[in-house]
Formats: sequence, C-alpha cells, structure tokens
Amino acid sequence: MARLITRVAPIEPHPPTRSRTARRTTHAWAWWAWALCAGITASLTLNPLVLTLITAALVTVVLARRGDGVWARSLKFYLLLAAIIVGGRVLLRLVIGGTSTGTVVFRLPEVQLPTWAAGIRLGGAVTAEELVWAATDAARLATILLCVGAANSLANPRTALKSVPAALHDISVAVVITLTVLPQLIASAHRVRRGRRLRGNTTRGLRGLGATLVPVVEDAVEGSMTLASSMEARGYGRTRDQRKVPLTTTIALFAALVALLLGAFVVLGVPASSQTVLGLAPQHWTAIALLVVGVALGATGLRSAGRRLSVTRYRPAPWGVPENIVCGCGALSVVVALWLTSPLGYPEQLNPPPVPLVWPSLPLPVLLLPLLLVLPAVLTPRPQTSGDPS
Amino acid sequence: MIRFEHVSITQPGATVPVVSDATFSVADGDLCLVMGRTGTGKSTLLGAMNGLVPQASGATLSGDVTVAGRSIRTHRPRDLADVVGWVGQNPMAGFVTDVVEDEVAYGMEQLGLSPSVMRKRVEETLDLMGIADLRRRLLVELSGGQQQRVAIAAVLAAQPRVLVLDEPTSALDPTAAQDVLAAITTLVHDVGLTVVLAEHRLERVMHEADSALWLPGDGRVVAGPAAEVLSRADTTPPLVELATAMGWPEVPLSVRAARRRLRVNGPHLSLAPAPELRETLTWRGNGQPVVAELRDVRVTYGKVTAVAGVDLDLHTGTTVALMGRNGSGKSSLLWALQGAVASSGAVTVDGSDPRRVPDDEARRLVSLVPQSPADLLYLATVDAECAQADRESNAPEGTARDLLRRLGADLPGDRNPRDLSEGQRLALVLAIQLAAQPRIVCLDEPTRGLDYSMKHELAGIIAALAAEGTCVVVSTHDVEFAAQTAERTIVLAEGEVVADGTTRQVCSSSPSFAPQVTKVFHPADVMTVAEVAAARVAP
Repeated sequence: MARLITRVAPIEPHPPTRSRTARRTTHAWAWWAWALCAGITASLTLNPLVLTLITAALVTVVLARRGDGVWARSLKFYLLLAAIIVGGRVLLRLVIGGTSTGTVVFRLPEVQLPTWAAGIRLGGAVTAEELVWAATDAARLATILLCVGAANSLANPRTALKSVPAALHDISVAVVITLTVLPQLIASAHRVRRGRRLRGNTTRGLRGLGATLVPVVEDAVEGSMTLASSMEARGYGRTRDQRKVPLTTTIALFAALVALLLGAFVVLGVPASSQTVLGLAPQHWTAIALLVVGVALGATGLRSAGRRLSVTRYRPAPWGVPENIVCGCGALSVVVALWLTSPLGYPEQLNPPPVPLVWPSLPLPVLLLPLLLVLPAVLTPRPQTSGDPS
Repeated sequence: MIRFEHVSITQPGATVPVVSDATFSVADGDLCLVMGRTGTGKSTLLGAMNGLVPQASGATLSGDVTVAGRSIRTHRPRDLADVVGWVGQNPMAGFVTDVVEDEVAYGMEQLGLSPSVMRKRVEETLDLMGIADLRRRLLVELSGGQQQRVAIAAVLAAQPRVLVLDEPTSALDPTAAQDVLAAITTLVHDVGLTVVLAEHRLERVMHEADSALWLPGDGRVVAGPAAEVLSRADTTPPLVELATAMGWPEVPLSVRAARRRLRVNGPHLSLAPAPELRETLTWRGNGQPVVAELRDVRVTYGKVTAVAGVDLDLHTGTTVALMGRNGSGKSSLLWALQGAVASSGAVTVDGSDPRRVPDDEARRLVSLVPQSPADLLYLATVDAECAQADRESNAPEGTARDLLRRLGADLPGDRNPRDLSEGQRLALVLAIQLAAQPRIVCLDEPTRGLDYSMKHELAGIIAALAAEGTCVVVSTHDVEFAAQTAERTIVLAEGEVVADGTTRQVCSSSPSFAPQVTKVFHPADVMTVAEVAAARVAP
C-alpha cells in the first residue's frame, strides 16, 4: 500500500528563488546613486512630458520600495515643496514681467518702478511662452529636488552613515550622536520652558533667556559627559592605538583632494575650445583624467587608512545584485539621456525652444528614460519592515 | 575577582578623601551590594572598579585596584571593557546608536571582533536579557525598564566577567525595577557573573545579595556578608528596622525569611486582621474642607491619552500619594492640576482655575516640584536663587532662606546649585516653591535618589506642611515612602483612577503596592514598624 503521507517532500515545480522573494533592504548608497543619476537625467531635459514621466517613475519606486521608518514618510513633504517651487516661479513671472513678445494671454495693471529701483516693470502683459517656460524651468528644478526626496524616503540616512569607509568611521559616529542628541536637546528645552511657569515666569528678557538656557546647556553638558564615560567603558578608542597612518597615505589623500578640486574647476570654470579630440574638447579630457585620478587616489587612500583601524562592523549592509541593478538603471538612464541630447539623438525634442509655443513631442526612444528609472520598483526585493520576522 | 588594596580616592578640589585606605575583595560569582547614604562615594567606588575613576573624573587615586588580575593603574577603562561591564544610572544618556541591535553590537565593534562572532553573541545576549523581540525597535521608544535591560545587554555582549551597576533601578517603577533585578539575578545564578550593585531601595535586592560594602561616610569601606553588614549599616530598609524593633540578632533578608522567623520564634503578636477589600473607590473625605476639584480632566499628547477623565476632590491638610506604573498619567495629572500642561475639563483650586490665572498667581494656588528639580535652577548661587524666589512670590526677604533652614538643609549661600547633591537640590527647589505659600504642593517623584534618612526627613517636612493646612500630592513609586507619609492613596492606570482610598486600605490589599511590613504580618492590619513595636509593648 502506498504511503498516505510521503516522507520526502515533492520538489515544487517552481522553487522560489531566494534573492527575489526574500525581503531585504536595498543598500542606502545604491538608492542615493540611483537618485543622483535621476537628477542628472532630469537636469538634461526641458521637455515637460519627460519631466512628468520621470517624476512619475520616482514616485512609483518610492511607493513600491520605501520602508516603514519616519524618514520614509517624507515623500509628501517633498511633493509639496516641489509644487511650491513651480507655483512660486510662475507667480514671480506673472508679477515681474519679462519680454512681451509672443501670445499675450492677459494683461495685469502695469507699474513701472523708478530707475533707482532698477527700473523693474511690475505687471503688464503676460505671454503664454513666458508662463510655459517658467513652469518647465521650475518643473526641472522640482524634479531634481524630488530625486533627493526619493533617496531620502528610500534610504535610512543613519544606515547610509553606517556604511561609510572605515577611515571615516569616527566622523559617522559623531554625526549619528548629533542626530540622537538633537531631539533630546529639544525635549529638554521644552521641559525647562514648561518648568519656568512653575516659578511664576517673572523673569523677562535676558534673564529669562538665561533661565531657559542655563538648565538646557547644563543638561547637554552632563549628557555628553555621561555618553563619553559610557563609550570609554565600552571600549571606544581601544583598537585605534595602532593607527599610525603612514605619510604616503596622507599624501595620497591630499593629492586626491587637489585632483578632484582641479577637475571640478576645469569642468565648471574653463570654457571648452571648439576643436575636439575623439568627440570631446581637450579641456574635458583633462577634467576627466583629473577626476578619475582623484577618485582612484582617494579610494586607495581611504582604504589604506581604514585598514589600520581595527574596528569591525556588525551586520554590514550587503551589496549584491539588487544594488548593482539599481545603480545600473540610474547610470544607464544618464547614458541614454546624454545620447538623446547629443546631435545623434533628439536634442530638439528634449529641449524644445521656448518660441514658438508648440505641444512637446515625445519620440519613442525618449520613453527609455522613465522606463529605466522605474525598473528598480520591480527588480529590487521588498524592504524589510519592523513587523517582519528577521 | 575585584581587589582593592589600600585605596584612597580624593575628588578634585576636595581636601578629605572620599575613600581612604580601603582594602577588600569581592569574590568571584558574588552579588555584592554597595550601600551608603547619598554623597558617601558609592559612584566613585564603583567607578574605580573599571578605572573611570580616576582616569575619566580627574580624581586622584592611591593604592591599587585589580580586576581579574588587571590593574587599573596600567589599564585604561577601554582596555578593561572585555572584563568589566559598567552600566550607569540613566541608560538613555549612555546610548551611542539608535536601534537595540546596533547598540548591543557597538561594544564588540570597538573590540574589533569578527562579524560572525558578533552576530552569534548578539543573538545570545538578546535572549539572555529577554529582549529579542525588541531588536529592531528604536531605543527612544522603549520603556525605562526595557532601556535599562538593553544597556545591560550592551555591556554583556563583550562577555565581561564583572558587571558594575550604579543604581540601575532608581528611575523605574516597582514592576520595571523587578524586571531588571530579575535579569541581574539570572546573570548571577545562571551565568556566574560577579555583579556589584549600588542601590538605594535595598529592600528590593538584599535577599539576593551574597556580600555587601557599606560606606559609612567617613572614608571607611565596611565589607562582609550581606546580612552582617546590613545589621550594622545606617541605611535602614524596613526589614532591618523590623529586626531592630523585634530584637532579632540577624536581619532577615527577605519577606519569606521574616515570616518564617516570626512563625518559628515569634513573638506572636495579636494584631487585628485587615478588613476585606470590597470596593476600591472608597475615599469620602476626611472632614477637611475641599481645596481643589477636578472634573473630567483629560490630558492628551497628540494621539496619546495621558489622563483620561479624572474626577477628584482634594482636601486641605491631607497628604495624597499618587501611584501607578511609569506612563500611567501621574505626572500629567500633577501638571494639569498646576495648569502648566493643557487639559480639558474643569479644574478649580480655591475658587479659581489655575489654567486661566497669570503664572505667578497660579503658583500661589498650586506649586509643583518637577521630577528633575534642576530644571528650575538657573542662578549662580544658593543665595541668589533664594532672593529671586522671594521676589517671585512677593514674600518678605529671607522667606525662602528660612524655609530652607526649616527643611533641615542650611546650605552655604555661596554654593552653586549645580554642585549640590540630589537631596540638597530637592530641598532648595522645595524652599523656592514653598515661598509662594501655595494651597497645594505637588511633588513629582521626590524620593528618586534619596537615601533612607533623607526620605525620613522629607516625610517629616510633608507632615509639617499638611499640619499647617496645605494639601500635599506626592507621585511616587516608593511604596514604603507612601505608607509612611500619605493618608490617602490614589492608584492610576492608563490615565484612569483605579483605586482611591486611605493608604491603609489601598496598599495593604495589593501585592505590588503593599509595604514589606504588611507582607510580613499578612493578614494583620499593620503598615509600619512603629505600629508593630507599639503592638508589642501594648499587651
């Protein structure tokens, strides 16, 4: 007779792949890199349709992959800020009139300020071109801001601070402590202010300020002394003694800083000459070389300095396939955007001229941009929430 | 495990050493109690066990302290982190990270342990302290008892052989304190750690103690078995007092021991049994006029309801104890009565509403001494604070100073209030607040950090205030103190009044709020040692 209960579990037709279904928080720095790339992509275009699609992609990813921490609820705030930016920019355009060539929508009462007030004209004709241009320009800024907001909602800032190179460990500890102490300071100020009522609140002005400040500062100083002895008792600084960073490392780090500074200066400050070598101006090649050397020197320097510090890291956030996907999607979108804006792509469609006013067109390849940016929403694992078993 | 050899410690700026020529040792696996009055150097002595004193405090130390064979003269506190775990009074102030799991791992990261070892130890430590379900919680969200257990776990993860705890339960309610002490007991009994523990409320721990160190205050350190040292010490938990009153040669360390002793050796006192509790809200006034009326008072902070509809009448010349676990709304009720915290419902004190009158007027109706009295002090000297208090209350010059003297704390006028001890500071703030001659005095956790003799003095002050017709409301976790001082006890839970009656009725019927003497003589109707002594003389 066949067994009623089999002892060997049958192999399921589709064994669940662990990497996909297991909940895992994607590395904080991966999200920041992705957001940075999205910001660069947004900064390359002035097409309102593309900007809207990028915004939609950002919001989709945040809604799909944010955790349940306090920071994760900040998207609403950033959306509001973006709306204020667009609204404010348009309003400013309305009040301070620009050129009045183009389709006049309506006229506001005009006030010509005297010459000593720079001769600014307030009000006057409002043209459709002007309004649309102001709105798109503001929308680009708002989208870049939303990228920062998206990174903030997706990545716990403290986790991001935890995964800094070992050489920067002490700085990250200091920042984390500040982040913790600040709310405590506010709470203690609140407590003291409440306590002031108990003494009749009779002291005003400078003395009154002292009555609040003295206990709060005293609290803060006492708190830091306690924290210092607690850290000392728990071995802080114990393994740092063999840290004698060799002179070569210091020099390498310094050289990296100089190279990065020079590179940034060449990119931003030196005008590119017309002749090109392999498609780029020689100045750009210099800048790229400087930046690459700077990054390489900096990375090796930090690594060498960090190795001397024998502090270990508890459960470091892993960097795996999802992180590479997130970064890759971001980087790819920048590459595609660069191609699209180059003469080989669709420069006219991505940055339509303000005049004449036409409905922006959306060539099919441009859709690649939002598509690439939204991919992390499905390709990354769901984030772990505090309600889940570990 | 710990050896002190001819150790003298002098605080910076002091001429007399706080500990002089102390020689003793704590055996491996002991639970050692450190006792003594406030300011006798308990914290200093504990600090010397891992080198924080003198290395981090500026004190000078002569002689030698060795812990597990390592001398603190040659090892810095950080080098002893894997041998001695040190936990301070306020766990929140010592946290470096923000999540439980990271906090537990922090010490090991500093020791440079490999990630796999850390992972294993974190899991073990979380289980050992029973906080595995809190691992991803934010530290600020935890209750006081949980925070203290996390703080202990955080030092345990480095697997020290000695645990030094400086008043770990002083800020906790009785249940949370029991929680922490139970965890500590487990460490002693099941893990075999050596634990050195300073604690004011000795009645909570002395039954577990093996040995004790007593600091009489003259620089000596008296060491020995717990029962022997306790019978000599000037710190008098109720059972010690009872032993003295009964003439027992050795102190019973627990309620159980005392009951057994009583059953076997007597004396068999004829005490009336306590009446059975039929109703918890039994307070009908004590014949005194009503000074304050609270009707449907509610306090909410955002979504949290701290006080949920409280109706109370307070009477002149009555001492009221407010009890209940942390977060049950005791403090919020006091603040709402003072009017400093927004509340709904009706509050009437002496015919007016303290929430609607100016601040200095409100102070004359209800005056409150908050949980951290230092919040009210901001001037450089005691004299300046007293003078400021006279001006604030339009009282004749010297009123506050006189009050301070009457409170038994004639502090030098040029002392900085920040340098005062906990008890002295409390006395100063109390004097400042009493200068306004309020109708109601509220004390929020006044016994925190006070030793037995100071608590005794405070009880005397409260009795004197009540005799003058002031209504005194004391929120406290200290059942012994409540039994000693309060005529009426109100128990709060989740912002509601769950019991309100005479202290005798409310406390003697509850397993957690009953004073030790009541537990020893259960089912007899006694609250204090004085009553027992009287009954012993009477027949």
